[in-house]
Amino acid sequence: MTLDTPVYDLDALYDNAQVATSMYEDPALFDVEMERIFKNTWVWVAHDTEVPDKGSFKLSSVGKEPVIVVRDRKGKVHVMVNRCRHRAATVCEVKKGKTSSFQCPYHGWGYGLDGSLRALPYPEQYGDDFDKAQHGLQRLHTETYNGMIFATFNEQIEPLVDFLGPVTKWIDLFMKQGGGFPVKVLGEHQFKVPMNWKVQLENTTDAYHFPVVHKSFMQSLDGETEEMFEFLETGKGYVEDLGNGHSVMVMIPELVDLDDNLDAPIPERFTELAQELRDEGYPEDQVKKIVRAVGGAGFNLNLFPNVSFSLAFFRVLRPVNVEETEIRHIAIGMEGGPAAANRARLRLHEHFQGPMGFGSPDDAEVWERVQRGTKGGHDLKILVNRGLVDERPGPDGPLGHISAETGMRAAYDMWKRMMSK
Amino acid sequence: MNDMSRISSTLLTDVTGFLWHEADLLDRKDYDAWLALWSGKGHYVLPIGDTPDAELADALNLCYDNDKMRRDRIARFQAGFSISSAPPAETIRTVSRIVIDLAEGDRLTVRSAEHVIEDKFGRQRVWAANVTHRLVRVDGGFRIQDKIVRLLNSDGMLNSFSYLF
Ligand code: FES
Ligand SMILES: [Fe+2]
Repeated sequence: MTLDTPVYDLDALYDNAQVATSMYEDPALFDVEMERIFKNTWVWVAHDTEVPDKGSFKLSSVGKEPVIVVRDRKGKVHVMVNRCRHRAATVCEVKKGKTSSFQCPYHGWGYGLDGSLRALPYPEQYGDDFDKAQHGLQRLHTETYNGMIFATFNEQIEPLVDFLGPVTKWIDLFMKQGGGFPVKVLGEHQFKVPMNWKVQLENTTDAYHFPVVHKSFMQSLDGETEEMFEFLETGKGYVEDLGNGHSVMVMIPELVDLDDNLDAPIPERFTELAQELRDEGYPEDQVKKIVRAVGGAGFNLNLFPNVSFSLAFFRVLRPVNVEETEIRHIAIGMEGGPAAANRARLRLHEHFQGPMGFGSPDDAEVWERVQRGTKGGHDLKILVNRGLVDERPGPDGPLGHISAETGMRAAYDMWKRMMSK
Repeated sequence: MNDMSRISSTLLTDVTGFLWHEADLLDRKDYDAWLALWSGKGHYVLPIGDTPDAELADALNLCYDNDKMRRDRIARFQAGFSISSAPPAETIRTVSRIVIDLAEGDRLTVRSAEHVIEDKFGRQRVWAANVTHRLVRVDGGFRIQDKIVRLLNSDGMLNSFSYLF
């Protein structure tokens, strides 16, 4: 800890399932979070299929730092800070594409796909002892699990699989929605909301809000689908703390493993799609598998601090400042799978997600209302104690009712652990 | 001789009148009247980025509404259960720079510029879009076959919308 870092009483900020109002409001605290959390842990930056080929790149971020995710000629993925080592200009402003190198537009320093400094105009003026090897783009430590690319500034960090722990088996289950094909990114919705990033972190593991905030979405569904989303009524689901701030919220237990129950009848809403697939010549068992995968998995898997595997898409947050957060809803589909199935997935995504979805705008509204509400009653606490009443040990951690705030407590426990280092 | 010279000023006046009428309905949120402007089979689309018109069905869009989705969307706005649209943002829009790209038989393709200013929570936001209408002439008037609204920055960070463009 440096001398100018403010000292916080962490117990006053989060303890006993109560969150202090300043957690959403204090700009100095936000700066410390960016240092101690976002610069110290594994942060999701991209999916493999967003940088599919040699030379493919996309812009992303780790906390507030702009980074480039790029695949080099040998197929290895690098994540590096988008800042020239000469006088700091960004070396890339194209959101995604393909390239053989990155050239800074200011004085022309040229960098390879691995970030190494290749060439610079008129190098003589730096003298003979100028070491190009010391002037590559700043590189982050990068690892991938099942297509998900994570990066970190922390060189001492544990391996990604250890950080994920029991999360890995849930990621594997989630990826079964490829329906026998690899999962592929199909596009993304992006919107920013005037809220602290932790408001979003809480929401990805909040089933309690669903029937209230998403009533108008529910009303737009057919009866069978509406029933499926009535998971608070049936009470069959649960939330489990998976350690390291991660958690899983199982909403539709029948859809946890998409390879199970393949003999179940095809839901009404997918009969047309099933017929299309049969007409294209897919055998019946494959039709069933694809159709079952099209609607996504029955759970939200929430990773600390910035990504969630949410039923049928990836939800990514990026903190902008203490009162502003950018959200990406990344649509996924079946790589090389039937076009009809991917179209169905796209339409389902558009139905709920993004700036014009039937769900996201209502989410955005209540998140903003949280931020607006915290302007009053500064000494009051935000309560995340729901479901403590019958929380019990699960296979990997505390497990509670589907509407329990167990996942939020998991995240805040991790928050506290990281902030105290 | 350019194409425009073959398009009569009466037609341009009629089309302009139709687009302004539509804009007025949307600002007044008279959505039942707006739905009645549609011919039925086409799509109301807000694409992301520069996806070509022919590939919109296979791409992620902000919305890709057929007739049923348009009706569901309006029902959602009107039912009063959607917190973001109860109340929605107020909007004032202008539609201008109207160009008739094609007029063949009863089919027209019309491009225009749309500027929308929204107001909610005492905060105003500005949106601009290139709009393409595919229109069909019916009983001396027009019906909308397809409407494609390409927002500036559609592939950038947006906010959520509680109204239509
Ligand atoms: S700032 Fe990049 S070459 Fe000078
Ligand atoms: Fe929600």
